[in-house]
Amino acid sequence: MATETKDSVFGKKERKLITDPIDDNNPVTVQVLGVCSALAVTSQVYPALIMAIGVTFVTAFANLITSLLRKSIPSSIRMIVQLLIVAALVQVVELLLGAFAYSAYEMLSVFIGLIITNCIVMGRLEAYAMANKPWQSFLDGIGNGLGYGFILIVMAIVREISGKGSFMGWKILGDWYTPNNLMVLPCASLFLIGVIIWLQRGWNRKLVDIS
Amino acid sequence: MGDILNIFIKAAFIDNMILSYFLGMCSYLAVSKSVKTAIGLGAAVVFVLAITTPVNWLIDYFLMKDGAVIPGVNLVFLRLILFISTIAALVQFVEMVVEKSSPALYNQLGIFLPLITVNCSILGASLFMVSREYNFGQSTAFGIGAGVGWALAIIAFAAIREKLRTAAIPAPLRGLGMAFLLTGLMGMAFMGFMGINPADYIK
Repeated sequence: MATETKDSVFGKKERKLITDPIDDNNPVTVQVLGVCSALAVTSQVYPALIMAIGVTFVTAFANLITSLLRKSIPSSIRMIVQLLIVAALVQVVELLLGAFAYSAYEMLSVFIGLIITNCIVMGRLEAYAMANKPWQSFLDGIGNGLGYGFILIVMAIVREISGKGSFMGWKILGDWYTPNNLMVLPCASLFLIGVIIWLQRGWNRKLVDIS
Repeated sequence: MGDILNIFIKAAFIDNMILSYFLGMCSYLAVSKSVKTAIGLGAAVVFVLAITTPVNWLIDYFLMKDGAVIPGVNLVFLRLILFISTIAALVQFVEMVVEKSSPALYNQLGIFLPLITVNCSILGASLFMVSREYNFGQSTAFGIGAGVGWALAIIAFAAIREKLRTAAIPAPLRGLGMAFLLTGLMGMAFMGFMGINPADYIK
């Protein structure tokens, strides 16, 4: 996007920045970024929701700050500068969760700190924020956070309903339902994401791996 | 001694970084196309984990206990930043060593060598070490064990993918989709280790 002409605040291009990462350029299923946490926090809906919000916040603001500083960061130390920006933001999220949502903080444990090494954040900083204007970068961060959150929540809903018969902690399936414990186990999330990718590529043929 | 061996075995097999915590999935999926590169990356990860975990333990112990540096001030809020800086510095060092000693491996690993910094398993190991309150010896054993487990998983996975190259897989499932299903199956196999307490066997 070298030819940055007149940028509207919320034109077609800006809308595309938000909608694109939800399907065509989804960070988890297409760019294969941030898979680690997508798999680990999805056994229930509530922690997945908190995680999605946390990642969206960090990606959006890390993109914004990096984009503001992009002309003054020397390229030889850009990784370290980016990591420090992200680490500071993640620390903010961790302290906020510890103060206001302690149960989620307990459930997510190390995975909040691991937002730092969530490849979505670093990947978007490298691929987008280093070369684009602050507002667009901010939207790109929100878009990618939402794309990530979308997959996270879909997986969490399937896993919580089938694995525990509940949704957000409320029991919605009656006693007739025997919870399928396999769905709560870590490996179920791998099968699930494999199936999601299969379905997505089934209807969105341009994503199919040709090689 | 038995305690240390116990932690090592647990970290390598039972609480395997990839197959039960999904840490370090990105490079696991991307660098597993051939066994040779998988071995190279596996070795690099073992090395980085074996050093960063004890080093971060020292940082945590000497700088972040209540009032360790400035009386009355708890520096825990700096933990993530300090941990990731140690890791970034060490990875930079590994990168220079690999570039000098084995240019072929350096070229094969490409971008994934600097990306070890953001390999979740490295920072993950340091954070697990803090949350499980290991001492120095235990955290060293945990770091090495976690690295060995990670290397083992990526090498096994690369070997399977090499065999799968000629298989007839439905088009939408090819590549990434299949990789996830495979990892799921491997995870199930590793679950066979669950519930085993190595301490019962080490006397």
